[in-house]
Amino acid sequence: MSAATDDPPWARRLLIALACVLGVLIFLAPLAAIFVEALRRGLEPALEAIAEPDALAAMRLTLLVAAIAVPVNTLGGLAASWAIAKFDFPGRRLLVTLIELPFSVSPVISGLVYVLIFGAQGWFGEWLRDRDIQIIFALPGLVLATTFVTFPFVARTLLPLMQEQGREEEEAAATLGAGGLQTFLRVTLPNVKWALLGGVLLCNARAMGEFGAVAVVSGHIRGQTNTMPLHVEILYNEYMFVGAFAVASLLALLGLVTLGAKAVLEYWTSRPIGMGA
Amino acid sequence: MTAATARAPRQALPGLGLSLGVTLAWLGLIVLIPLSALAIKPWSLGIGGIAAVLLDERVLAAFRLSFGTALLAAAISLPLGLLFAWVITRYRFPGRRLLDAMVDLPFALPTAVAGLALTALFAGNGWLGAPLAAAFGWQVAYRPAGVLVALVFVALPFVIRSVEPVLRDLALEGEEAAATLGATRTQTLRRVVLPALAPSLCTGFGLGFGRAVGEYGSVIFIAGNMPMVTEIAPLLIVLKLEQYDDAAAAAIGLAMLVLAFLILLLLNLVQRGLRRGRA
Repeated sequence: MSAATDDPPWARRLLIALACVLGVLIFLAPLAAIFVEALRRGLEPALEAIAEPDALAAMRLTLLVAAIAVPVNTLGGLAASWAIAKFDFPGRRLLVTLIELPFSVSPVISGLVYVLIFGAQGWFGEWLRDRDIQIIFALPGLVLATTFVTFPFVARTLLPLMQEQGREEEEAAATLGAGGLQTFLRVTLPNVKWALLGGVLLCNARAMGEFGAVAVVSGHIRGQTNTMPLHVEILYNEYMFVGAFAVASLLALLGLVTLGAKAVLEYWTSRPIGMGA
Repeated sequence: MTAATARAPRQALPGLGLSLGVTLAWLGLIVLIPLSALAIKPWSLGIGGIAAVLLDERVLAAFRLSFGTALLAAAISLPLGLLFAWVITRYRFPGRRLLDAMVDLPFALPTAVAGLALTALFAGNGWLGAPLAAAFGWQVAYRPAGVLVALVFVALPFVIRSVEPVLRDLALEGEEAAATLGATRTQTLRRVVLPALAPSLCTGFGLGFGRAVGEYGSVIFIAGNMPMVTEIAPLLIVLKLEQYDDAAAAAIGLAMLVLAFLILLLLNLVQRGLRRGRA
């Protein structure tokens, strides 16, 4: 760095100190507060709250919902990135915009749209009631709302990389006689595997932590349609603060593990994986 | 003819039909058809019915709070985001990587968890709430200020992550040239660096606002949800649904999306002006 582009030492020290203090206050203090509140009365009550049957049921449900929503969006994201990056067809930019659309929709609206279709007064409400099929206030509704809010994650991590890598390798494989599936599995997939893993991790973290969208479509039935974030809310509203923060710290740990895994992947591939922006 | 022969092998790559088919089915079933329900449902109330829902005092107050605090939160995030992005990209100091990682925490923490944490921090007896009350008599939790705090928390990382790559790629030559020509450091920053960053600040503002305006989980715990005072628009959708008034909920949802879209469109025009101004 030359003197011309250097800030004076006092300014540099001031800015670094300011950023560090604000960073601790804005980002670190909330994280610390969760664990401190969870352990307020020691480790035992926190562990009890986590091992309680309703909490365990919420964890199972959260895992189940993510286990359906994440593969659906992984498959869709792979298909979309492959189609957009490897082929020419009109409307590709529109397609990208539409795929990213769920990120600009409020989580509450993401749940609301499924109520409008499958709820009691919805388009298929009567039809479903006659057949005794429940979507809203049941597992399918939770899965749909979660799939909506986590929709773009895999596609948006893969697409820029696939576009950068171009089509030469796939075209070479095709020229040598490889079929579409073979080309995809042997050429494309190995080239993008780390980005794919990154996208899946982010998608999963959001799926397990989603609150607003599932709050609308869950009937808040304890032990049945309560995911972990909803269980946190119920405990909090019942003034079971230690329990609420104990379950919340599990979700916070999930976020921290995801951040750590993201950092490792970025270090390996020396490519940033965008989180939310 | 040359164009045709050049394109022929490209499209010879098999799999377009299948991958595009999967993409369109996935997009249509999960996103487009459900969103079309949001566009259609409110009209079952008629224009008058929609107007009655939206012009209700409580709904208007919620829109003012949601859009006002989201815009304010995005605006507050601009100088804060610039500070973090500047310090992370321009300076080397112990703890820099940690600071860089910390910035992603709002993306990584589930919204309900963030909401609980912020409430604990800013409550009357919280680590930040108690000193603020003692020193300035400020109450943050269960006030509009609490909504603002939560929205800054979710919007700030968008500004930082939008500005950071531009700042990193910004060649130092421009700053050097300005300094050589006799500009002071302040002049250089104001005339050279800031204009170069303006479009990315705009992008970050838009992303942060877009996220903040629809935010639910981080806000409802700290807001206290008092009608007319700290009730956000997404919460009204939830309340309307609890009263089985789906059409009113859809009307509020559609109005939120349209209004947010218009604001982002306006921002896009501003951004284009900024880009053109530089070129």
